[in-house]
Amino acid sequence: MKLNHKDFDNARVVTVCENRIDAVCAIQFKDEMRKLTDNGPTHVVLDMSQVEFLDSSGLGAVVAVLKAKKIDQLLELAALQPAVQKVFHLTRMDTVFSIHDNALSAIEGIADAS
Amino acid sequence: MRPEKISDVSLSCDTQFHGEDGALRLIIPANERSVRRGLQTIKSGMSDLRLSQDDWSTIELVVAEVLNNIVEHAYREHGDGLIETHLDYSKGALYCKVIDTGCQMPNGQLPDGAQKDLNCQIADLPEGGFGWFLIHQLTQDLNYARQENRNTLSFRLPFNRAI
Repeated sequence: MKLNHKDFDNARVVTVCENRIDAVCAIQFKDEMRKLTDNGPTHVVLDMSQVEFLDSSGLGAVVAVLKAKKIDQLLELAALQPAVQKVFHLTRMDTVFSIHDNALSAIEGIADAS
Repeated sequence: MRPEKISDVSLSCDTQFHGEDGALRLIIPANERSVRRGLQTIKSGMSDLRLSQDDWSTIELVVAEVLNNIVEHAYREHGDGLIETHLDYSKGALYCKVIDTGCQMPNGQLPDGAQKDLNCQIADLPEGGFGWFLIHQLTQDLNYARQENRNTLSFRLPFNRAI
């Protein structure tokens, strides 16, 4: 499970460099993400543009990351491919997460809000 | 089915297509990596059908959920089980039958797959239980049977559109 991250003024963009978040790698994803949120800034954007497939284990892992974030931290998602979007929509998790079209617009949204 | 032959190659697959009808049978060891590989095998085996991305993503999701449930629950106590998947395609739908010899479902019944209540604090959000919900949402004619030591789950996946 490879996660790249890039820090901006007040935000960290984490890019999932895998095409699947599934039962094979969900726990690893959760653990790696928690490290990146634990020592991250107030805003964290998860760029999922490379993720073509997410199953219920992967969804559970993304929810677990949201639950583990610091209270004053904001975790947002960006660039969901259609198959991933479908899982968020069917489970209504798209009502829980802020989802941006791409990581750049997520960053700009953060800049506008601050 | 010759399970004794597949322990080395870890995956066995037969595919037959005639026009728009097709059949694919896949036998995999019950572990998560084999499920991932099996989904790739199904995808390439069904490539002649020229399914839309949307239809394929539904198949991949449902089959992944069903197979991973078997790995994580039916075979939880013993790690060397096999899962046999039959896929039959005809008239705009996929018929799927999945057989394993693991534990039976709790109370011998399908989990209900209710929608999770998300109207709660972040700390109380559910991290699991989405799998059966997705299976129930996306399939038709979902059926489970326990006969002797075998579990058989069958369902139908209608295609929205073929390209």
